Amino acid sequence: MTETVYVQLLDLTCGALLLTAVLILWRRDLSVIVRVFALQGAALTALVAVLAAHERSGELWVIAAGVLALRAGLLPYLLRRTLAAAGEPQREARPLVNVAASLLAAAVLTFLAHAVSRPLVTLAPSPAAQAIPIAVTVVLIGFFVLVTRRHAVSQVVGFLLMDNGITALGLLTTTGVGLVVEVGVSLDVLLAVLVLQILAVRIRETFGDTDLDDLRELRD
Amino acid sequence: MTALGLAGAVVQPVLIVAGAPVLVGVMRQVRARLEGRAGPGIRQPWRDLRKLFGKERIAPRGTSEVFRVAPLVLVATTLVITVVAPFVTVASVLNPVADLFVVVALLAVGAVALALAGLDTGTAFGGMGASREVTILALVEPTLLVAILALSARVGSTNLGDVVSSMVREPSRVISPVSLLAAVALVIATVAENGRIPVDNPSTHLELTMVHEAMVLEYAGPDLALVELASAMRLSVFLGLLANLFVPWGIATTATPAALLAGVLALVLKVGVLGAALAAAEVFLAKLRLFRVPELLAGSFLLSLLAVAASYFLA
Repeated sequence: MTETVYVQLLDLTCGALLLTAVLILWRRDLSVIVRVFALQGAALTALVAVLAAHERSGELWVIAAGVLALRAGLLPYLLRRTLAAAGEPQREARPLVNVAASLLAAAVLTFLAHAVSRPLVTLAPSPAAQAIPIAVTVVLIGFFVLVTRRHAVSQVVGFLLMDNGITALGLLTTTGVGLVVEVGVSLDVLLAVLVLQILAVRIRETFGDTDLDDLRELRD
Repeated sequence: MTALGLAGAVVQPVLIVAGAPVLVGVMRQVRARLEGRAGPGIRQPWRDLRKLFGKERIAPRGTSEVFRVAPLVLVATTLVITVVAPFVTVASVLNPVADLFVVVALLAVGAVALALAGLDTGTAFGGMGASREVTILALVEPTLLVAILALSARVGSTNLGDVVSSMVREPSRVISPVSLLAAVALVIATVAENGRIPVDNPSTHLELTMVHEAMVLEYAGPDLALVELASAMRLSVFLGLLANLFVPWGIATTATPAALLAGVLALVLKVGVLGAALAAAEVFLAKLRLFRVPELLAGSFLLSLLAVAASYFLA
């Protein structure tokens, strides 16, 4: 792979990562959000594969396979099952911050990400390092989704979005933080999603909905 | 002023004035066929225009000069763009006018003239249409400017001809995050600015949801023909710019007859394919509620902003 092809593919996969994060913020339909999240898993896999092909590292290829299985396969499958258990199609009807305002907030977060990751980029200006702001943006957008959405499933997606961003950040800064660390983090995320899934099912069984704002009514 | 620029200044307006109603006809025909209707044929818009031009000029009582001048302003601004912007050739006869900011401003002048005419009639529909049109315009203009700025930032010039010719020289730029993000943003802006589904429905006439049609409800005869011709031309201009900014191949870079012919054919082909794709997509879409439109446009603005950020930080 020549250097220019590598840079182009790297930029393209990072662009796809960013685009899917924005789409998750944009759409209201939860099943669409889960599908876009699976697409983002595929984009992250492509990013790892591009890095692996450039570094000629077998370990990175293993990580790519793991990312594909977990983030494009298993996690979206679990989320879909949670949604399917609820029956009727669900929507993020009224997020705390409305969609137009949260899109503008995402624009601000992008510039914030560029501002804070400036020192990291200047430290070692390589094509991979120049994509660091995008990974930081994905982390910030994930955090934003996590704090402004009311629905349990979209909050889980926000959490996973953050994790996708952190994984991308780790790979872009160090080209692989080691297989053991990667596997540990992945298992951690998987466990968190499983626990949250059980929690979401319990919430729905008790209250008939997974809108977390209803939990306020627990107070007497 | 080069030979190529002069040739473009002659060929482009003729081609776009003649071809714009045909493009509208093609789009209606594609839609009709996909919906299982026979359709009126692709020459119907031209027949309508000929009929309208043959009628006497008539204006509602109480309207002022603004109402009479607006169609002319609309056609004139669009004609200026067809003369200078890079559609068939990359060179321009008036190079400073082929600037991104001038072109977007000219498009805005036409839209504002029509909105003023809608207000001038003093009817409920005209005022409502004008207010909605200006709301959408205010949200679309920043997207247009920022998205094209993202493309021009890599070239170092806001001249549209320079942007397109640098794309022709370096095809690798076509597939980059900047181009992809800007392309999505510009497609949404084009759809919104031309009043197509899902922002506005071009084929409604007596509904409370209409935007563009509500403004021009009081026009009749030759004035209506001018407005219809101008909106068809604006659609062609938008699609032509979209095609040449992202898929610039085929555009004439030398002033030979063969190159010009290839440029004309490439433009017709690209705009035709884009228009047919837009019409086909419209069959599967429903019109958005008016209050959801700002959401769509905020999304397109964010994408254009991300394109600018990517053009500065990934380059």
